[in-house]
Amino acid sequence: MSRPFIKKDIQELPSSGIRKFFDLASGVKGVISLGVGEPDFVTPWHIREASVYSLEKGYTNYTSNCGLPELRREISSYLQRKYGLLYDYNNELLVTVGASEAIDIALRCVLEPGDEVIIPEPCFVSYKPCTIMAGGIPKTVPTWEANEFKLRPEDLEKAITQKSKVLFLCYPNNPTGAIMNRRELMEISRIVEKHDLLVISDEIYSELTYEGEHVSFSSLPGMKQRTILVNGFSKSYAMTGWRIGYAAAPEEIIEAMLKIHQYTIMCAPVMGQMAALEALKNGDEEVRKMAEQYDQRRNLMVNGLREIGITCFEPKGAFYVFPSIKSTGMNSETFCETLLQEEKVAVVPGNAFGECGEGNVRCSYAASLEQITTALERIENFVRRHKKKDNVCAVR
Amino acid sequence: MDDVKIRLLQTLEQNHRVTTKTLATMLKLTEDDVKQMIKEMEEARIILGYVTLVDWEKANNNDNVTAIIDVKVTPQRDVGFDEIAERICRFPEVKGVYLMSGAYDLSVIIEGTSMKKVAFFVAEKLASLENVQSTATHFVLKKYKQDGIVFEEDNKDHRLVVSP
Repeated sequence: MSRPFIKKDIQELPSSGIRKFFDLASGVKGVISLGVGEPDFVTPWHIREASVYSLEKGYTNYTSNCGLPELRREISSYLQRKYGLLYDYNNELLVTVGASEAIDIALRCVLEPGDEVIIPEPCFVSYKPCTIMAGGIPKTVPTWEANEFKLRPEDLEKAITQKSKVLFLCYPNNPTGAIMNRRELMEISRIVEKHDLLVISDEIYSELTYEGEHVSFSSLPGMKQRTILVNGFSKSYAMTGWRIGYAAAPEEIIEAMLKIHQYTIMCAPVMGQMAALEALKNGDEEVRKMAEQYDQRRNLMVNGLREIGITCFEPKGAFYVFPSIKSTGMNSETFCETLLQEEKVAVVPGNAFGECGEGNVRCSYAASLEQITTALERIENFVRRHKKKDNVCAVR
Repeated sequence: MDDVKIRLLQTLEQNHRVTTKTLATMLKLTEDDVKQMIKEMEEARIILGYVTLVDWEKANNNDNVTAIIDVKVTPQRDVGFDEIAERICRFPEVKGVYLMSGAYDLSVIIEGTSMKKVAFFVAEKLASLENVQSTATHFVLKKYKQDGIVFEEDNKDHRLVVSP
């Protein structure tokens, strides 16, 4: 008998709940999917064209490890224009293979074995496994609909121990659509300062903020030196497949991240970087148009679900709604599986984003008006059919 | 015009078949407001109509030909190009009339059931108009894109069914 080749940590690491549901949904024909975590728009043509042009011109080589200098300069000026942030493009910015890589290498270069990482949930699926793979210990903090899925200062305080080192923030949030305003983030920043924490702020949905302005955590007083700001092009410019993201952080941290990046990735693909450069230079108008479309669909989705009788927090950012399906008496997974089988609508079980997401489902409104309308009709049929018996009695 | 009306117009331009109720939801307005604004803008002829773009070729019902005619005219005192343009507009064969800068004055779009008929129309009705100096007829061979819509576009959704 041969010895086990896979190391224990990885053996024990559960595979993503999304993956499991993907396998289920892929087998069903004629599905309307509200389960997709990416824009339904194709990358704007001028961006694709710029990339094609760069290929024609022969830009097919490695770039500097930290990314094309022109791109870093544009990112730096974008961060200044948007949030008044000053990052030196020479030593405080790193272009990565999607925001995901930035998150991974950020964790790997700051965590000592046993360091604790505080992760507000529900959240994007990779924070917890990446923490574990980097030798850290994830400490999740639930957030609740009653509080608009924001991180409460008191809940954060409770989670902090001697070993706490990193706090994850992701606003606008996937899957809840929550945002946090300046005042709320200020409260968090005081705790961060008091306990000497480092913040990884995943702001990938920053351009998709529908109420008020997005506040970059790093722009708060004293926070720049203890924040790794992670962002990218996937959601704002509809560029998921290009895999271009970036990290902005103090020089010392970028230097450390660069060590891992240069040995494992070398550099982000040049054609993607060329596309990203064009996106930053000339993409504002397209971003605005797409954001406006998402906003309209958001209104349609929230309203539609509420009319069906499903409790639904009104998201303020990203392109997800995270309604509670508790009134159906089903748990998240049963709801999603049954909905998929009976009505051919794919939504994602809330518990895929953390235990406290149980009882909710994530519906993406990065879908066409027709798809949203039809999906809502199907969900209505489904909910009506499965209304809990006692609810029916109560109505009578 | 206020911002709300502009947003309504932009939304209508893309989705004129959705109900006023849906429009109201999308824009966070009341249905009554939406109806009222649309009515006002229709009356003010800001909203001129709701057009359906048909690929007649695909509908197997197309022998129609389209031609774009460059027309040179002599502008008239007081009315400039307006009077002649209005005259041209009255013909039902004429689908579009634009005043142009450059080598000629009016660009006239004509649709007819055959090339012969279009040519005949140009010679008999258009070129013969008083103040029309000359015409140059260009027949459309194939339509690729019109009003922002591509005729044969691959709209396939390439995304995975479920992703994080």
